[in-house]
Amino acid sequence: MASQTQAPDPGALPAAMIEHATAMADWVVILPVVLCLIGGALLLIMRKSRIGQAGLAILVTIGVIASDIALLMRTLDGPVSMTMGKWLPPFGIAFTADVLSAGFALAAAVATLVVLFYTQAELQLREVRHGFHALVLLMLAGVSGAFLTGDIFNLYVWFEVMLIASFGLMIMGGRKIQLDAAVKYGFLNFLATTFFLVALGYLYGLVGTLNMADIVTAAAVAPKVPMAAIASLMLLAFGMKAAAFPVNAWLPASYHAPDPGVSALFAGLLTKVGAYTLLRILVALMPGTRDWLGPVLVVVATTTLIIAPLGALAQTNLRRALGFFVIGGIGAILAGLAIGTPTGIQGGAIYAFNSMLVMTAFYLVAGLVERVTGEMDTRQMGGLYAVNSPLSIAFLVLVFAAAGLPPSLAFWPKLLLVEGSVASGQYWVLAAVLINSILTSIAGSRLWAHIFWRQGRAGTHSEQPNDRLRPLSPTYRGFAAVPTGALVLAIVLLGLWPNPVFEAGRLAATGLVDPVPYVAATGLAPANDAAQGGAAMASEETPR
Amino acid sequence: MNTVIFRTIAPTLAAIMLVFSIFVLLRGHNEPGGGFIGGLIAASAVAIYGIGASVTEVRRAIRLDPLSIAGVGVVLAGASGLVSAFFDVPFMTSQWLAFEFADSEVVLSTPMIFDIGVYLVVFGTISAVALALEEPEQ
Amino acid sequence: MIETAYALLIGVFFATAVYLILSKAVIRMLLGVAVLGNAVNLLIFTAGRLTREAPPIVTAESGERLVAPYANPLPQALILTAIVIGFAMFTFLLVLGYRAYQELDADNTDTMRLTEPEKAPPPPTTY
Repeated sequence: MASQTQAPDPGALPAAMIEHATAMADWVVILPVVLCLIGGALLLIMRKSRIGQAGLAILVTIGVIASDIALLMRTLDGPVSMTMGKWLPPFGIAFTADVLSAGFALAAAVATLVVLFYTQAELQLREVRHGFHALVLLMLAGVSGAFLTGDIFNLYVWFEVMLIASFGLMIMGGRKIQLDAAVKYGFLNFLATTFFLVALGYLYGLVGTLNMADIVTAAAVAPKVPMAAIASLMLLAFGMKAAAFPVNAWLPASYHAPDPGVSALFAGLLTKVGAYTLLRILVALMPGTRDWLGPVLVVVATTTLIIAPLGALAQTNLRRALGFFVIGGIGAILAGLAIGTPTGIQGGAIYAFNSMLVMTAFYLVAGLVERVTGEMDTRQMGGLYAVNSPLSIAFLVLVFAAAGLPPSLAFWPKLLLVEGSVASGQYWVLAAVLINSILTSIAGSRLWAHIFWRQGRAGTHSEQPNDRLRPLSPTYRGFAAVPTGALVLAIVLLGLWPNPVFEAGRLAATGLVDPVPYVAATGLAPANDAAQGGAAMASEETPR
Repeated sequence: MNTVIFRTIAPTLAAIMLVFSIFVLLRGHNEPGGGFIGGLIAASAVAIYGIGASVTEVRRAIRLDPLSIAGVGVVLAGASGLVSAFFDVPFMTSQWLAFEFADSEVVLSTPMIFDIGVYLVVFGTISAVALALEEPEQ
Repeated sequence: MIETAYALLIGVFFATAVYLILSKAVIRMLLGVAVLGNAVNLLIFTAGRLTREAPPIVTAESGERLVAPYANPLPQALILTAIVIGFAMFTFLLVLGYRAYQELDADNTDTMRLTEPEKAPPPPTTY
């Protein structure tokens, strides 16, 4: 089979370039990434300077949020696409955003902004000079790029941008425990992206295109068995990135090692990119592989949902326990994927959006708890309710959010998951979602009771000494507490008025299940002409 | 490694390699070469000079922090893509500027700026890594 | 024919890489990562179809268009990107492994237990 990316027969020269003018408004697709990249580079240049770095980073992130909001508004009317360098799709690298990508990009940028404010309280000059702010922005560039890109190889590149920046953040501070964590995190995540690359090579060999919209068309007519093999490789790769059950061990072994701000950023952003990619690839790009992968997804989702809170129950280190809550959230997203109906996918997508905000907030609150008590071990904390009751309220709200109980936003996607699993008769998933909620609330409220309610300390020290755990000065306490509190409040408010998120989630799920508008937005012919090859279609597109 | 011969020849060799790297960079648009390979050659020049002289001397010679140079490169590459915003075409569409200068036609383009950006990124990051590895341990 | 040979070679590369990555020693895992990167690059190259035709370059003689058959340029671009990224990753992991060796005094992943303490006390049994 000749590759479809080769030019058609040398008769009349087909149009190779986009001839119509590009509207200025289309630039919002690319703006979040370009802003982050240029901002990150500027911060890299001025990383030795003492002042101005934080301000610039926060300013750029606000700009990114603004363009993400503009993009989300536009995608409500249908996907937006822009193909780089005027080359006709599928040859040019396309950035294509629908409600799902734009919503996730927005959540990622908001989480980053909160973390940037929070870290002003605990950053040391040495870390600023090592380029902390530059790395945060480069990581946001990678995450936004992964959400917004419409080209699967480009997705790989953004994954690696994200990974390299996160490596830098992981070892920022240079404590021994961070090196240990970085070895595990680094090797396993690199392995996961390499698996993705393998799947990508096979996919290109099979369908001859890398544009996601074009893959939607080409995969519909591709032979089923090789497609299933590719889809299972993708599931392995992104399951590893998202920390789904059999390949989740790296997450609780690494996320608690860096400073709380960095942990929060990782917990909010990184695993969700894996989850997003699973939604995009398994639902929109390769729906034909469901017959084979469906049972696997059910097993992975249910085990992840049940194992995660059990892991949290067994932990004494606060942030390690939270690592298992992150995994539990991934289980809920995978449950949506396993249900596979529009309702289920809507639940999974909203849960992912919710989880980005909740997990960031949870790690930040944990960071504050560690600062106030000077300990990382829950057995050493004890009696914090008397000292700091607002903190205990925030913690409890987040426990509810992790378990999917009202008043948090997480209740609604869990409800959708329950509804979807009942409607499609998948009672295993139903049971797992409910058991996960019960176990998570037990594990969470137990943590809460140990930290806030019980008097005094219990047990002996087991954690490494950590010189960072000094109480914050009052000025810096505001920096750390106010944005964290605002994020928790936002989670509650979204839980009380979930309609906008609900509606956006419905649009996102529709866009995934029926990708015709997504394909049309890139300028490729819709999927009903699937019998023809992608390249032939591109040449038939007349310049508009 | 640190023989008299090597120490004597290293500065000259580094200088020649730096000039050659710029030649490779500019040649790269229509012929083999380009920013990536040019940057690698320049970074090797820095590495050789670092072995021949000392890392502190190299750092003094290039004045700027290597990672800052890489940052300038990313900014240049990104800015070259943004130029197309003023011409109603998508991001990264190449724009050309041709003019007569001293009896020959000079063609400037945004891909060239992008390539210079790539050159600086590769030069900056690779020499940062090389210098960090060459630095004697404390 | 030649594809089969390539497939076998890629298989050998993958087997070597997996064997090395499963080792306890960080330095062997690093070597495994390097081999794995090459295995994947070779795989992409083969997936892009093996040809021995002309390079895909448009010249004035060819009438400003590509004359078939020509080599598929896309896998080469993909591999170039993957090599660069793989190189960056390998450099980082190498420096990381070296630092870990210095600081933790261990090249053995079994003795790296700072993040997951080996003799962690059980959590309190009370609520």
